[in-house]
Amino acid sequence: MSKSSGAPLKVLVLVKYVPDAQFPRHFGPEHRLVREESILSELDEYAVETALEISEAHGGEKVSPVTVLTIGRPEASAAVKKALQMGAANGVHVSDEAIAGSDALATSRVLEAAVRRLAPDLVVTGMSSTDAETGVIPSMLAARLGWPQVTLASGEVSVSEDASTLSARRDEDAEVLQVRATLPAVLSVTDQANEPRYPNFKSILGARKKPVQTLSLAELGLDAALVGAAGSGVAVLEAGDAPARAAGRVIVDDGQAGVALVDFLAERNLI
Amino acid sequence: MSTIVYFDALGETPGAAQRELIAAGLGLGDATVVLGTAPSAAALQALGALGVSRVLAPAGDASGSLALAQADTLLAAVRELSPRAVLATATPRETEVLARAAALSESGIITGVTELSADLRATKSVLAGSGRSQAQASTPTVFITLKSGAVAPAAAPAPVEAQLSTLDVPARAGAVITARTPRSRGGRPEVSDASVVVSGGRGTDGDFAAVEALADALGAAVGASRVAADAGWVGHELQVGQTGKTVSPQLYIAAGISGAVQHLAGMRTSGTIVAVNTDEDAPIFEIADLGIVGRLEDVLPQAAAA
Repeated sequence: MSKSSGAPLKVLVLVKYVPDAQFPRHFGPEHRLVREESILSELDEYAVETALEISEAHGGEKVSPVTVLTIGRPEASAAVKKALQMGAANGVHVSDEAIAGSDALATSRVLEAAVRRLAPDLVVTGMSSTDAETGVIPSMLAARLGWPQVTLASGEVSVSEDASTLSARRDEDAEVLQVRATLPAVLSVTDQANEPRYPNFKSILGARKKPVQTLSLAELGLDAALVGAAGSGVAVLEAGDAPARAAGRVIVDDGQAGVALVDFLAERNLI
Repeated sequence: MSTIVYFDALGETPGAAQRELIAAGLGLGDATVVLGTAPSAAALQALGALGVSRVLAPAGDASGSLALAQADTLLAAVRELSPRAVLATATPRETEVLARAAALSESGIITGVTELSADLRATKSVLAGSGRSQAQASTPTVFITLKSGAVAPAAAPAPVEAQLSTLDVPARAGAVITARTPRSRGGRPEVSDASVVVSGGRGTDGDFAAVEALADALGAAVGASRVAADAGWVGHELQVGQTGKTVSPQLYIAAGISGAVQHLAGMRTSGTIVAVNTDEDAPIFEIADLGIVGRLEDVLPQAAAA
């Protein structure tokens, strides 16, 4: 752990429990994703790593604890557990039957309520989930909270020593930006931001003793009508497998494959 | 139907994706273009030439703000016009602006739409390209980001004179852009917009010369797999895949790319797919229209010269 001298701050990381993309994923009843074989979303590991590095630069776990927050069914606590094994200090699991089927709009309401209750100085998220892949939650949450957003940070993420200012680099297509905001703020990081650490034996054992608090909608003071399918702004009408793409012709290069390639493109009027 | 077509900024020559979005808005009906930052006179004229008669923009330059000022402008326009739909291209920036305005107007948002019907049923590719869903909003306004090619091109509308109205949006403190450094693409097309993409992966072993030469011969954009981008062989802005760009060109040539799920997610909806790989069992061959088992450093230069 690096020597740190920064002022204390509270960091909250948002994580999602998602179906492992290494296995085939399918939709079940009500067009909802079948959530077997689920894991901590790979893109959230970068957010956890960022949060831990900021905590370490500001006195470490005791004075600048990293809390990990998830919303989901009871099994989603596995995502919290993985983040605790990586080094987060404690977890919060918002779990309520009524939340199932929430779209981004409804989810952002639950997150706002949870963040207001936990009152962190900094919220860190991944660039998007690996299941819904909308990437809108960090912006929606920041807008609701009225906090600045430093989104899609791809490196050079730091919080000033007095814990007042967040800065980061954002790589866009046409330019590289340096972005700065005062805390509290919402930060999202891409998969370029860092190399997430692996839990080691000691941190896995240590995670067992870390507290995880479970909260219901009532405890967040949120009306059930604002979440789930009823509270969502978008209804899924159909969901299924994409039409399969058939394999075409495969040839082995006999020394003339480059010419065969050009002939193929000409046949299809592509050149 | 009352529609807003939103752009962060617009130059005097709108790009293909921007023109397509304007056509989509006009196709749905009564469209107003809302800009995140004040347009130049030439940009306004270009909008008129595309058939846009109403433009709303703030008085000042908002380019130093990251999503906040732009979203406040869009929100003010939404409150004024109560549109049925707000459309934007599916760029990260514009997606963020729409996300903020959707949250603050308690509206549904659908991102990355590949097909939009007249009654605003939105079809999109999900689960890294392996699934497809169709959704529709239940809120009075819906925010939609569209991938290029989502709406069938309509006949060119008659040119009109675009009238600019200024939106008075109070400034708020938020994240600020403190420095910006331009990036160069070496004169090649942008990978998201190009109709032909030639991508290189692990099989290039770091040497993109053959990939670039074929791309230039075809007037194509250069793309890359995550492996190639992570290794630093090319910039991450060229990465095609789940955590990079999702592209749907007429022709996609994958050279030395095995075809991991992460990569296929970004290119499987391409018109024609050609794969060149030394490994005959590479998964990319399962979706390629033409697969060539061979060395890219032999095949690509021969094709570029042919």
